[in-house]
Amino acid sequence: MYQYDTLDKEFLADRAAEFREQVGRRLAGEITEDQFKPIRLMNGLYLQLHAYMLRIAIPYGSLNPTQMRALAAIGRKYDKGYGHFTTRTNLQFHWIKLADTPAILDELAAVDMHAIQTSGNCIRNTTADPYAGATAEEIDDPRVWSEAIRQWSSLHPEFSFLPRKFKIAITAAAKDRTAAKVHDIGLMLRRGRDGTMGFEVIVGGGLGRTPYVGPTIKEFLPVNRLFSYLEAILRVYNRHGRRDNKFKARIKILVAALGAEEFARQVEEEWAKIGSEGDLPDTEIARIRGAFAPVHFDTLVNRSEIFEAAKAADPQFARFARNNLREHKRAGYTIVVISLKAIGETPGDATSEQMEVVADLAERYGQNDIRVTHEQNLVLPHVKLDDTPAVYAALKAAGLATPNVNLISDIIACPGLDYCALANARAIPIAQDIARTFADEDRAELVGELKIKISGCINACGHHHVGHIGILGVDKKGEEFYQLTLGGSGAEDAAVGSMLGPALPAGRVADAVDTLVDVYLRERQEGERFLDTFRRTGVAPFKEAVYADAD
Amino acid sequence: MPTRIKLEDGQFNLVEDPFTYASDDEDLPRGDLIISLTRFQAEGERLLSEGRSVGVRLEPAEEVEVLAYDLPRLSVIAVSFPKFNDGRGYTAARLLRDRYGFKGEVRAVGDVLREQAGFMVRVGFDAFEPADGSTPEQWAHAARRHRHVYQRAADHRPPAFAERG
Repeated sequence: MYQYDTLDKEFLADRAAEFREQVGRRLAGEITEDQFKPIRLMNGLYLQLHAYMLRIAIPYGSLNPTQMRALAAIGRKYDKGYGHFTTRTNLQFHWIKLADTPAILDELAAVDMHAIQTSGNCIRNTTADPYAGATAEEIDDPRVWSEAIRQWSSLHPEFSFLPRKFKIAITAAAKDRTAAKVHDIGLMLRRGRDGTMGFEVIVGGGLGRTPYVGPTIKEFLPVNRLFSYLEAILRVYNRHGRRDNKFKARIKILVAALGAEEFARQVEEEWAKIGSEGDLPDTEIARIRGAFAPVHFDTLVNRSEIFEAAKAADPQFARFARNNLREHKRAGYTIVVISLKAIGETPGDATSEQMEVVADLAERYGQNDIRVTHEQNLVLPHVKLDDTPAVYAALKAAGLATPNVNLISDIIACPGLDYCALANARAIPIAQDIARTFADEDRAELVGELKIKISGCINACGHHHVGHIGILGVDKKGEEFYQLTLGGSGAEDAAVGSMLGPALPAGRVADAVDTLVDVYLRERQEGERFLDTFRRTGVAPFKEAVYADAD
Repeated sequence: MPTRIKLEDGQFNLVEDPFTYASDDEDLPRGDLIISLTRFQAEGERLLSEGRSVGVRLEPAEEVEVLAYDLPRLSVIAVSFPKFNDGRGYTAARLLRDRYGFKGEVRAVGDVLREQAGFMVRVGFDAFEPADGSTPEQWAHAARRHRHVYQRAADHRPPAFAERG
């Protein structure tokens, strides 16, 4: 974890004080809701269907046990005892009273947290690899760069009123766990032939109404030139992005309209004018790197007898180990993924008690480190294999040991019509239906990696375009229908899914998914995931099976 | 005489505005003027030769680059915010100061609200016509809210990394 210094803390304190004053003006009736709206949106406060929703930033999805406990306490005190982890790796509370928000922001600031830029047309939370610092695949720790971006983008005087919101992702591993290619900017750290580090810069990816996989506009940006280059991209966008239609205002539309080559040329031209004045000094990057709390690894052997014995003794633990553990860069350690997708529950929700259990485990077994993934799960990045049986037992007792990471019931879903004023249809009940259909854990494992993503409207907060199976809720004459897409991916092989056929009524979605899975199991060849089979066979066999059922 | 909030030597004061706005279709009044870019391009030369001080009101879609050669002769650039959330004016101000070294007044006009004061001062605005009736005291309070900033900008405040030095 990055450790805030006095300066970072004072910045948050000032921001919390500012918002307290603004809420005071609103409650006193000095300003109207219309005038207050842009102010509250700058602080992550939305007015939703039933109440205010407060979105708290979890910068690059990284938090410590003290922060997790503070979130749990806020959930208990000011909400209904739970919170919702989002696809932006933030946390939302859906039942907040306006009058409580200043106190909440103070409680957050006390543990170095905030809600700055979790809404509004500004630079939002950066997505980083949730396995940062733990995976052997990375060439550098992307959190260092993410933290530098967090600071640089916080209350940026020039880029706080962009045409539309702006999201950056950073990964330093070949396997992309950030969906970098569908972000406004995706940064992929690479090592050049001469050993120096640089970013491949991808711009103009995005989902929403018009999904795009972003083109690469620079193959190798030396890391020490990152901030001048970001400034150039943001300036070109701020000046030329469309402001006449909010659905055409994201940078992807500008990049597509100009063409990637012309957009890149304009950025290069602006970048040359900015020069290295716009860069962060190497000493500051080094300081940030040093401000991450050191992680102390013991020297262990690869094989843990405790771990092996526990697997042999308990098939449920063995299943958890197969599905929820990931390889760590250090011998004898593992990455534990905690699924927030218990069958029949709301994807991404965690109760205050569950948050506290995770905090305790991180403290006791996990080097005080917790991550949130954009797939709405939690991660303990540094756990000894020897400790995994104890961690599993504690998770299981808290209802957090669902062994389904990356499997069919590990579904991303937006809050949908249950909470959101924009939605056309519910997303959560559809996710619950599908999860129940595949509650048989043996069958789910047999099916293997299958990413289902559900959005309750065309704004695509549930990332349906990049689901192996994507599900989009639409409204047909007041009735909820669901449009299925197949073959999307948000990973390094990013692709936008293609339409399966006519939309289905809510009651048929889980059955249709079941049928799609049957087709896959019938058609698949050795080693193929659902996505691979689909890419080989095309949509025909899937379409035929689903719509044959309908007749 | 109308007034605007002026930032001088670190102080925000309400001061009289010696400039008159003239639209494109009205006869030009006497004295110092702020006119549109179009009108400046047509009549600026003559007005300047009459010894008047001239300012240009720049709309969001008009780019500061077109004024590059005229800037030394201009007293004011009034950057227009038709809506508070049209952020192009921030880039305009920043380029005027940082890229072109413009020393005259950069004035924020239009939907100019107290919540924007901090950002505006940072990108180089030094005159403000608040649409929300903010007093200079309120404006100063909002602009100075934060003890620290994280970026270099046109106000030359030391960013966090320099403070940490």
